[in-house]
Amino acid sequence: MNNVSPTAPIGDSHQDHKPSPLSVVLKRMWQLRMGVFGFLLVLLLIGSAIFAPVVATHDPLEQDIISRLTPPSFLEGGDSTYLLGTDQLGRDLFSRIVYGARISLMIGLSAVLVSMVIGVLLGLAAGYFGGKVDAVVDFLVNAMLAFPFILLAMTLVIVLGASMENIILALGLSNWPIFARVTRIETMKLREQEFVLAAIAQGLSHVRIVLKHILSNLAAPILVIATVEIARAIIRETFLSFLGLGIQPPTPSWGLMLAEGRDYMLTVWWLSTLPGFAIFLAALGINLVGDALRDLLDPRMRKG
Amino acid sequence: MRTYIFYKLLHAVGVAFIVSMVSFILLFYTADPASMLLPETADDADIAAFEKDLGLDQPLIVQYGNWLARIVFEGDFGNSWVAKVPASSLIGVALWPTLKLALIAQFIATIVAIPLGMVSAVKRYSLIDNITTFIVLVGQAMPLFWLGIMLMIVFGVWLQWLPTSGSETWVHLILPAVTLASFTLPLNMRLVRSGMLEVLSQDYVRTARAKGVPRSGVLMKHAFRNAAIPLVTVTGVQFGALLGGAVVTETVFAWPGLGRLAVESIQVGDFPVVQGVVLILSAFTIVANLVADIGAAWIDPRIRFE
Repeated sequence: MNNVSPTAPIGDSHQDHKPSPLSVVLKRMWQLRMGVFGFLLVLLLIGSAIFAPVVATHDPLEQDIISRLTPPSFLEGGDSTYLLGTDQLGRDLFSRIVYGARISLMIGLSAVLVSMVIGVLLGLAAGYFGGKVDAVVDFLVNAMLAFPFILLAMTLVIVLGASMENIILALGLSNWPIFARVTRIETMKLREQEFVLAAIAQGLSHVRIVLKHILSNLAAPILVIATVEIARAIIRETFLSFLGLGIQPPTPSWGLMLAEGRDYMLTVWWLSTLPGFAIFLAALGINLVGDALRDLLDPRMRKG
Repeated sequence: MRTYIFYKLLHAVGVAFIVSMVSFILLFYTADPASMLLPETADDADIAAFEKDLGLDQPLIVQYGNWLARIVFEGDFGNSWVAKVPASSLIGVALWPTLKLALIAQFIATIVAIPLGMVSAVKRYSLIDNITTFIVLVGQAMPLFWLGIMLMIVFGVWLQWLPTSGSETWVHLILPAVTLASFTLPLNMRLVRSGMLEVLSQDYVRTARAKGVPRSGVLMKHAFRNAAIPLVTVTGVQFGALLGGAVVTETVFAWPGLGRLAVESIQVGDFPVVQGVVLILSAFTIVANLVADIGAAWIDPRIRFE
């Protein structure tokens, strides 16, 4: 640990080290700008998904064997009709990436919805009723977290069969504990608040208290987690598809495209690199929006 | 402390029990050993005899009991349906490569995260702080298998500095370990940074400074020790996620560990092996959580009394 001090030239006094107001303002602006940047990336993702037929220059399934493995137009040997080049079957990579946004977004949103519904319901029950209910939910959460997540999702896909709905179900069913955990803790805190105690004293029904007084106060933290989890669900779907356990060919899924491109890694590097970059940008944008939402909705959770 | 450990131990056993039950049920409903193992010419009588032989005609609960007893008392996970050898021997061979990969990746992530996280907390908004923020942002959005493939392209194919697959020497370990380390690094850095920030504003840190303890002493003894608690807990809790990341990494780099074994077995429907790997990885996660809980209680006595 001694290697820390030399690399950490602490100012005159680290304890009283206060960043200058200017740098704080710059930091806030930077954060805001990152939020805007993330928002633009998310708009790009949603836009590509909705307007895929308009944005795409080719049919994503149309094969053109003669011009297979054409490099992107900005590289040597590129062809301007194929913006990002073509894949091993001569399909236009750009159009496939654009259509891939549909798959990723749909799976990301639906899978998170599934985990959110399960997790929030269990978390509410645990936090509100406490006692035995709480113990059972806590146990389930711990058991779920002990499973290797990705193997659980893979097994579920095998059990259910590889289709879009089943991938959503598998990802959703294996990722609810995070929602249950946060909901449980927040509900426990809220339950001790005076306005909730007052509602209980008034004799309001449990359902009404939970819906009106507790759930409404949970919306912000749940929304923030859901945003970040969408990004993670997208990455996980691409990995399942990468292994051949997700979206089946010839549907354009980013993970599947990456897997197909891997076979040409030695010579045709862009084939696996570009779909991966799409995944990265989508996840980055969603995460940045999540950070911005957290700052906006709950200043207490602001980091740094 | 003893009561605390006992309680945690009981909890861990309970969780392990649930995990074993779920993976048994998953296998029970998924697997059709007769169609996997018998020739296509087998008639109903053959199938019935075969299922009786494997004990598949008994009630579910009895099957579960027998299965669990064999695993716990004999370390017998059943035979691989494809390789026709005990699953435990396949798992045994693949165990060490995975542990080696996971531990080294965690080690790399920790030694990078601690100094960077500390500096960025002490010197907020400095260049290093911004670099840390940047690494966290990029790291969280990076699909692990994509990073692995790009590292392979750059260092294996273009520069030809490092081998892209195989596991014979320590050199083979570099790319997979760096890839997996990038998986836990963002979270570790964020934890160290936020932990330090919180601790540095505490009264006892100011008191220590006021009574003339040298700066490095305050940072290491008063601040870091307390800031490390969440790191210890989360490292334990995240160990399962790390093993999940190892599954991804092993697949990309053809690393001969449990993850690749599980993926290959899932793809050919070799369920006894899948089940064995799931159980072993879960067991490691449960033990890691237990160690982390006890470790945190040892560093911070307050936790024991909660």
